[in-house]
Amino acid sequence: MFKYVNKPIEKIDGLALVTGNEQYTDDFNFENMLYVSIMHSGFAHAVIENLDDSAALKIPGVAEVLSYKNVKQILYTTAGQGFPEPSPYDTVLFGRTMRYVGDNVCAVAAESKEIADEALRKIKVKYKRLKPLLDFEKAEDSKIIIHKDDGAFPKIPVYYDASKNMPSKVEADIGNFDESYENSPEKIDLTFYTPYASHCALEPHASVSYIDNRGRLVIISSTQVPFHVRRIVSHLVEIPISQIRVIKPRIGGGFGGKQEVLLEPIVALITWRTKRPAKLVLNRKEVFKSTRTRHQFRTIFKVGYNQDGKINAFHLDALENSGGYGSHALTVLSNAGSKTLPLLNKIENVRFTGKSVYTNLPCGGAYRGYGATEAYFGYGQIIDIICEDTKQDILEYYKKWSIKSGETSPIFKALGEGKEGVAMTVTSTSLNQCIDTGAKESDWYAKKKLYGANSDLNKNNRYKRGIGMAALMQGSAIPEIDMASAYIKMNDDGSFNLHVGATDLGTGSDTILAQIASEVLDTPVEKFIVNSSDTDITPFDVGAYASSTTYLSGKAVQKCAEKIKEQILKVGAEIFGSKIEEVEVEDNKVKIKSPNDSNSLEKISFEDICRYAFYQNNQFQIQATASHVSPKSPPPFAAHFVEIEVDTLTGIIKVLNYVAAVDCGTPINTTLAEGQAEGAIVNGLAYALFEDYYFTPHGKMLNDTFGKYGMYTAYDIPPIKVKLIESYEESGPFGAKSISEININGALPAIANAFYNATGKRLFKVPFIPEYVLKILNY
Amino acid sequence: MRLNFNVNSETKELELNSNETLLDVLRNNGYTEVKCGCNEGECGACLVLLDDKPVNSCQVLAMSIKNKKVKTVKGIGTLFIPHIIQKTFAKAGADQCGFCSPGMVIASYSLLKENPNPTYEEILEGLDGNLCRCTGYVKIIEAVEKSAELINEKN
Repeated sequence: MFKYVNKPIEKIDGLALVTGNEQYTDDFNFENMLYVSIMHSGFAHAVIENLDDSAALKIPGVAEVLSYKNVKQILYTTAGQGFPEPSPYDTVLFGRTMRYVGDNVCAVAAESKEIADEALRKIKVKYKRLKPLLDFEKAEDSKIIIHKDDGAFPKIPVYYDASKNMPSKVEADIGNFDESYENSPEKIDLTFYTPYASHCALEPHASVSYIDNRGRLVIISSTQVPFHVRRIVSHLVEIPISQIRVIKPRIGGGFGGKQEVLLEPIVALITWRTKRPAKLVLNRKEVFKSTRTRHQFRTIFKVGYNQDGKINAFHLDALENSGGYGSHALTVLSNAGSKTLPLLNKIENVRFTGKSVYTNLPCGGAYRGYGATEAYFGYGQIIDIICEDTKQDILEYYKKWSIKSGETSPIFKALGEGKEGVAMTVTSTSLNQCIDTGAKESDWYAKKKLYGANSDLNKNNRYKRGIGMAALMQGSAIPEIDMASAYIKMNDDGSFNLHVGATDLGTGSDTILAQIASEVLDTPVEKFIVNSSDTDITPFDVGAYASSTTYLSGKAVQKCAEKIKEQILKVGAEIFGSKIEEVEVEDNKVKIKSPNDSNSLEKISFEDICRYAFYQNNQFQIQATASHVSPKSPPPFAAHFVEIEVDTLTGIIKVLNYVAAVDCGTPINTTLAEGQAEGAIVNGLAYALFEDYYFTPHGKMLNDTFGKYGMYTAYDIPPIKVKLIESYEESGPFGAKSISEININGALPAIANAFYNATGKRLFKVPFIPEYVLKILNY
Repeated sequence: MRLNFNVNSETKELELNSNETLLDVLRNNGYTEVKCGCNEGECGACLVLLDDKPVNSCQVLAMSIKNKKVKTVKGIGTLFIPHIIQKTFAKAGADQCGFCSPGMVIASYSLLKENPNPTYEEILEGLDGNLCRCTGYVKIIEAVEKSAELINEKN
């Protein structure tokens, strides 16, 4: 059906990446460059009484010290979101109040990193220590107020109450929950906890800046959001957007961690003041402590249902620990509801209540899954509990009650991102086929029969085996908010420059977008010279987040390529002396659709088309631009199946097999789509079984290295099988939806359900480390 | 100071300070294909071959490697003359962001040199020192399996 999409095409930057030829931010060096080091707060809550940098400034080679003393206290949010941002303006670059261990105290720019580090040690900071607020469940009523009289405010008209340490609150109420819950014969009321996590992109956050030949500021940065960086730097450094250029080179992974504007304003300020290039690269400990994390969550599920399994009333109450600042506080919180509750859309009475609270712990931010991961942990178990209790096959249950094509959920409208959501009808889903495929691939029914807490296999056996599953959904872009655009021009050898604001952070989106243009123009991917994310050269795109690039930027590219095709056909028709309706493109050429004696059998190559347009007659540049905003956010779906073995003596959970059947619409690039799923699954597994932030009683992270944090290696992974079960999403490019986030959501509920299948016990707290597992087993 | 190093089969005089690691010296002298992911010897992004043995270059004092041969990923193959392993990595989708790729390629090269027919378990062991957050390792493991096959065919 397709020629260039839905194919396993090699990444256009693949060979350059694996030969070490591509450049990442830290690989750029400039003459006369300054190196920047940051002092981060060692206290979770403190006020700087005085900062004495006189000794540091005397060190030869120190060029600049930035602190509250000489940096204007401009409020902003580090969240790289569309304008006006739904995150509160509660942050300054260098303030006096330290709100978590890792908060910015000051920065030094010097001739070398060594001098900058030495200068930092010479800066004397006198702190007044304040009592830290470290328990997010006590934040709302705490006497400790984290953002007291600092002027912090919501940029959009939404709830914000600093006196309650509450950067955001979200509610949605459909039907009558209270009454239907009371009247339900069966009730569940359970609480779940998910912890902090670090993105662990292999490339640490890095930015380098310089002044170009005409005096403009250029920033090269490891960012997912170059256009938001430009806007926010302009706001903080107080120079016009026209004076700033942001370039995204190759990025060493993001996962949401680089949707945050943290380093760019610092190097920008230094370069703007000193007129010298400046580079700031964080070390791994700084990435863990000072950048952004997955929010810690508590979710409470109150569900009323009948003995036949029908759910009458469903209430998800989410409490989100936002840490010292409210980056993404509102949107992650609302996504905890909006990306889970529509899945079983036939429940009539649904309530979502969510609160986000400040604490003196590391800041949350965007992280692959974005609230959905946190909520699916409980959600997936609740469905399993109901099915176990009412003796139903969970697969049939999901198939019966899940949202279908042509159906909607009132949650889509009720829960937006800082404003009302967008009502939409699901027009593509293959979830039922995903469930069937996953069941087959995981040998679900045979294993369900074999396993179980009281089975012959498991009873009285130290090693108990279990199988569990979860059904999932996510979204594709933020509807009616996110915008993407593309520009294409044709060259005189029949090649094309494709310029996109979309940000390839390793996902392969440069390749995918070229494939989409290829499909429209029927010309190979190699004909496209892709340039992405340079604010001077490429048109606007919100950036890489919200599972948006393939769906949204892809559609912009498709529309743009359609316009190019029109122009090519017009030139072709002119050469043929025929009507535009009579010609078509095929294999880099224009030809007459149905040739007859009076018109030519010849085909005109794209090369000749462009040469004609450049040099012959009615000359013009074949070029076009197109933008796209989506009126909906079509959910991808997935069914995840996992088989585990629990060692009841040590508490170790071993994953034996993992199967994920995924509906991402049309996978534009099958290899890359599988890769997205596999990466997300392993990240989810590590989050389920090991990853966490451990703190001292004073709020300092203890396990701030890769080794102690416990990121998985190849040695830790089980056999993983990904099956792409296509559907066709009419609103997406060639039927595509999204795949980047959804698959991180499965491991938590599926493993917890498998654990129940093996042991008869439920897990309520992530990660499922041996200590916790033993506690549950011995309870 | 300046000292002679043998990098990718060329003798070069490189600029260094006595307290610098091999990673620092390589990166400061233009060998930016060697990546720094943690500087603590835990991620493998800075893996190079030192006399054909894989080492995390962030854990080696540059002054200590006198007379030893250093090989970076570009010493294994380049954009224009890629090694089978590199071609296979790119084809298999074993590279996403690519930041871990130079180290992964070195680890795979070293593994296959020692053991041309590794079992699945041995591949996992061979890659155990290299972290990747993008791929979930699945396609990297596949690429090593396929590389072994292709190298054996060629030999």
